[in-house]
Amino acid sequence: MTETAIEAEALGRRYTRLLPRRVNWALRECSFSLPAARVCAVVGPNGAGKSTLLALAAGLDRPTEGAIRVLGRSPADARERVAYVAQHKPLYGQLTVLDTLRLGHALNPARWDQATAERIVAQGDLDVTATVRSLSGGQRTRVALALALGKRPELLLLDEPMADLDPLARHQLMGELMAEAAEHGTTVVMSSHVIAELEGSCDHLLLIRRGRVRLQGELEDVLAAHALVTGPADASLEGHTVIESRTTGRQVTALVRRGGPLPAAHEAAAPTLEELVLSYLREPVA
Amino acid sequence: MVEYRIDRRSGVATYLQIVQQTKHALRLGLLEPGDRLPTAREVVAATAINPNTVLKAYRELEREGLVEARRGLGTFVRRSLGPAAADSAPLRDELAAWGRKAKASGLDRDDVSALLTSVLDDLYPIGGDHR
Repeated sequence: MTETAIEAEALGRRYTRLLPRRVNWALRECSFSLPAARVCAVVGPNGAGKSTLLALAAGLDRPTEGAIRVLGRSPADARERVAYVAQHKPLYGQLTVLDTLRLGHALNPARWDQATAERIVAQGDLDVTATVRSLSGGQRTRVALALALGKRPELLLLDEPMADLDPLARHQLMGELMAEAAEHGTTVVMSSHVIAELEGSCDHLLLIRRGRVRLQGELEDVLAAHALVTGPADASLEGHTVIESRTTGRQVTALVRRGGPLPAAHEAAAPTLEELVLSYLREPVA
Repeated sequence: MVEYRIDRRSGVATYLQIVQQTKHALRLGLLEPGDRLPTAREVVAATAINPNTVLKAYRELEREGLVEARRGLGTFVRRSLGPAAADSAPLRDELAAWGRKAKASGLDRDDVSALLTSVLDDLYPIGGDHR
């Protein structure tokens, strides 16, 4: 298995609208390296470029500039070993659930894992002879994930996979994803807005804002590199990078990237993933 | 076999919760030498936590000599833990004597609790360990 799951170098994707003409960079100067066998959370505000990045990794879109390598190859060459579930869960509406799984088997004859695909569908308690069109949004998501996991991919790209699932289905399917990662060392990359949900499951973070990577790395390291400090407003935080700070009366509360030992006047706590992400998203853009 | 219950809001690192719950099961005799711990796959399928977290917990238990990993077979309990209360009775008496002194000097419950926490934090630093 390759050691690097995704490698992006100065990756950029520009969209051009013709009338009235407007050029918009969905992703720009995006560089990062994701080691294999990680569960990576891709977070960022709406329109940050998360979906563009996942589509580029899946080989469904081409970069305007820069390069992206997936499992050591071009995205097109890696496609057989990659599964991608787009945000709107594209499936064939006229096919039944059973036929959809049959199609998955036919398209991936060498890798297909019928037992896993069937188990995921069966947990949802849905009629397998029903057409995909007649299913609810959440049921369709389940079928799309069954198809993706049935492919037994080395890299699983999921764009907002949990958005329309009920709490039980979320828990079940997140458990299935983690079990897949535990058993086969599958790399999982998933975008989500529900940060608290990602906290226990992900071990790698990619935070994108305005088309650029703002923060990335092993989650444990990223969290340890930051501190949530409270202290007197006039004490200096020099040497530390202040991501966000609020002053209330004589007290200041700040999220900082540590640049060494913190001043004794401040009380420091480890931020949760959610606190960290929110601070970065609120950070004013220069 | 044990089942782990992960509380994401407890503030206790997830791997530590697994370590503590395993030790608790050992103390209560719910796990005995020779018993197999659930596989990482079983734990993550039930709890949706990251597989590396389970492996980290098992490594910690192994480091403490409580379990051993047998290649291809799983992780097995090596020794049990006696009930904690038995050998700590004299320590408890000393602590109770200290507590009475603190109360007599006018400290209320919260003062004593804060004092204890600060001593514990000094003795057992948690610095930098998140998950």
